[in-house]
Order: sequence, then C-alpha cells, then structure tokens
Amino acid sequence: METPRHWRLQKQRLALVGEVCPHCHAKIFPARDVCPECGEEAKTAFKFSGKGEVYSFTTLHSVPAGFEENAPYTVALVKLEEGPIITAQLTDVGDREVKIGTPVEMVTRRIRQDGDERGMLIYGYKFRPVLSH
Amino acid sequence: MEKVFIAGVGQVAVGEHWEKTLSHLSTQAIRAVLRDAGSPQPEIVYIGNFLAASISHQANLGALVCAEAGLRGVEGTTVEAGEASGAAALHMGYLAIGSGMADCVVVVGVEKMTDMIGNQVDAFAVQSGDTDFEGMQGLTYNGIAGLLMQRYLDQYQTPRESFASFPITAHRNGVNNPFALYRKALDLESYQKAPMVSVPLSLYDVPSYADGAAALVLVSRKMLRDEQKAVLVSASEVATDTLALHDRADALAFEAVRISTANALEKAGLTRDCLDLFECWDAPSIYGMLSLEAGGFVERGQGWHCATLENLALNGRLPIATLGGIKAHGFAPGAAGVYQVVDAVQQLRGEAGQNQIASAQVAMTQALSGAAASVVTHILRKG
Repeated sequence: METPRHWRLQKQRLALVGEVCPHCHAKIFPARDVCPECGEEAKTAFKFSGKGEVYSFTTLHSVPAGFEENAPYTVALVKLEEGPIITAQLTDVGDREVKIGTPVEMVTRRIRQDGDERGMLIYGYKFRPVLSH
Repeated sequence: MEKVFIAGVGQVAVGEHWEKTLSHLSTQAIRAVLRDAGSPQPEIVYIGNFLAASISHQANLGALVCAEAGLRGVEGTTVEAGEASGAAALHMGYLAIGSGMADCVVVVGVEKMTDMIGNQVDAFAVQSGDTDFEGMQGLTYNGIAGLLMQRYLDQYQTPRESFASFPITAHRNGVNNPFALYRKALDLESYQKAPMVSVPLSLYDVPSYADGAAALVLVSRKMLRDEQKAVLVSASEVATDTLALHDRADALAFEAVRISTANALEKAGLTRDCLDLFECWDAPSIYGMLSLEAGGFVERGQGWHCATLENLALNGRLPIATLGGIKAHGFAPGAAGVYQVVDAVQQLRGEAGQNQIASAQVAMTQALSGAAASVVTHILRKG
C-alpha cells in the first residue's frame, strides 16, 4: 500500500493542476519548488486545460507488473497547449491512427491497482484523440 | 591532482547465474581483479549497483561485498546512479585516488537480475526514470527509448533499419568475447523480422537483462607495479539532465551526453579524432545514435547516415562495442559501466584477441542512466 504517495498526487492526477511561475509566467507541470525556466521559486497553482497534441508515442508489448490488464497499450508524450510536455497513456483510440501531431484531450481513467485484488484503485489522467465533429 | 591508473581488470561472464548470489558474483570479480593487479591491499571498495535493494531485498552492500570477498574492515559503500552506477563508482574511485586520500581502490559493478522473474523486474528497472510521472503511466526502460526512437524516425524521416548497425556491430564483436552473453552474429534480415518490444523498438534494439559483475583496481603512481599494463584515467566526468524525458524542450538533444563528453575531452586535452575506440551506450540502439550526435561525433539528425557498419567496425572511423557492447555482452545494469571500461582496458593493453584494434592508444567509455538523465564519461590512455 502506498496510500500517502497517491493521496499526495491526486490534484495532479485528477485535475491536471500544475503551477504558473509568479516571476516569468512559465506554465509548469508537474508542480515543483523551483521554476525550470527562470530558477526562481514557483508556488502558484494553475489548472491546465487538458488539450494538447502527441509529441511522440510508443506501443508497449512488454509491460511492467501492475499494468497487464490493458496490454498492449500506447504511451505518449503529450505537448499541452500551455507548453509543458507530459507522459500519459492514450485511450479510446479505437481504429484511429495515432501520429505525431494528433490532437488529444485529457480524460480520467483507472491507471492501475495498488497491490493485490484488495488494493486501492488508482485513477488519473489519460488522453484520447479529439473527435473531429 | 594525483594521476589515477587502472592496474587491473576482472570480470565474470554475463549470464543467468541462477545458482549464484550477488555477493558470490562480486567476490569472483574482486578476486579476479586483485589477481590481475598483483594482489595489492585495497583501502576502499566502491560498489556500483542499481537494483539489489529492490530485486534481492538487500541493501548495505559495502559490508556484504567486502566481508564476502575477504576484505573485512575495509571501507566499502554503494554508489547508485541507475544504469550508470558502475561508471559512477569508478568516478568515486577516481576522486579518492586523485585527491590523494587513497592509493589503492577496488571498483566493482554488480547486478543480480535473476533473483526475481517476470515483469516485476521491469517495474523496478523503470525506477531510473521518474516513478510518479513516467513509471506510473506504465512505461518501462525500453518504453522511454521507444518514445525517443519514434520521435527520431518522424523528425528526420529515417528508415527503422538505420538503427540496425548498432546491434549488428555489437553482436559481430561479441562472437569472440568469452564473457559475453550472446556470441552469435546478427544479420539485417533477423533484425527486420524481430518482434516488437515497444514500437518502434524491437527485440534486437534493446538490451537483455542478465547477471554480471566486473571490477577494476585503481592505484596512484607510487603504487604502480607494472607500467606495461597500466592504463591512465585521463578524465572522469559526470553530468545530469532532467530525470523525466518530458521535462526537456528538445527530447533528442541528450544534453548530459553533450556536457559530459565535452568536459571529458577538455580535461584530457584531446579532440574526438584522437579516440581509437568509443565504448558507447549502444543499446537501446536509439541511445547509441543519440550519443554519437550529442557527443559531437556527427551532426544532429545525421547519425543515421554516418552510423554505418563500416564506420563503427573494428577497423572503421569510430569503433564501438568492440567486445560486444551493452547489446551482446548482456545487460547487468549496475555492472555495465564497468564492463565497458574492462573492454576498453583490454584494447589498450593489446589483450583483445581477434577483436584487437591496431595500436589502440586512447579510448572513451560512456554510461547512460535512464534516458541519459545521468551520464558518466571516462577517457583512458595507454599508460
């Protein structure tokens, strides 16, 4: 059980809350103590829109323990429209072709189970292709 | 600063050593290296290891490794830098001798992967990336490399086959190395047909986890017994980048490789043309490609034109993986950076057998942790 760790990350995972630097106004995800752009202290919460596009992607056929139920799955680097890149699984892809540049949006999905069948279910962000209509 | 010499090398064959423990593997490597160096008395043992606390549930390796090797009482600590742990342990040894604090140090890289079977191993190995924001998304060590390779293929419109030179070169050179896991040549057709691990990375693009241990004896000049065998450590440089790949504006840049390489060449007072061989991080194959580009051996985006079988061969412009590299040696993460140095030392001593590079004088070795989040570069010269 790693309850404290998952509890600590719930705002990032469920609401895509990062930061905006009060000094240089860079958008930051995930939140951290020092702005990676200007080196000043970062502390102001900022909620991201969840819109972005695929920067790169890979489909894993060999997956780590805890992730077997969805294998094979695709993990992408998603460039958010506010600037930062984040790592996330793609979902609801169906038979659509994923390419670098494909527009995607955040959804909340079950990520994995913490421990055995009695373990905590962990939810968080995944991204799905934006429907064209 | 005192000059630092490598006075001995020792290794066990990389493999699935089901019957051997972590301490047995490290003891074998330490006994071999002390024999090779003429039985000196080490003052310090630095142990490069990545996963013992996770896979073998064993920490405090300093006490375990020293006592088991018959060195009870000697200073011993673990150095951890993910997959670059072995090379980082060498860096610590270099600092200890260079500072004048010690005259004889043993560096041993050891990894015991087969204490656990199944995909829990992958869940532990991805700890060299960002656990909260990469590992928790279901990525693996190879998955992170897959993201980079897809981006490379798209950005430069390269064929996937342009990466084949790395495993084919490594396998070709591993044939003659009795300490390598894979001693069978690989052809392009097999590369093309290999099953996918993390698209577009296939089985032959990625390293194979196995058990291993390799060791070095470092000495100061006054402790040097055999000048003929001695190899000088001309530079030992560590650089870091962001832990997570997604925190880099230019994912293909491998900034820590650029910084570590440039600093090492400057410290050694050498240019890239001076290198007779480069034990680069050849697997995953995309890491070999990006290392050549970020290290300044080829222009950005041009690696796939230049990384040909001809150029990377033992008699080529820049020989790599000269005794099998990461790919054919087999991948014992915490030991890999030390095996690279053992191979380079064999070349500089003229002991590389059928794989000997004619009149090799200068070698560079480079270990990468995660997606080049920590990079350790060494330049070695014939003493």
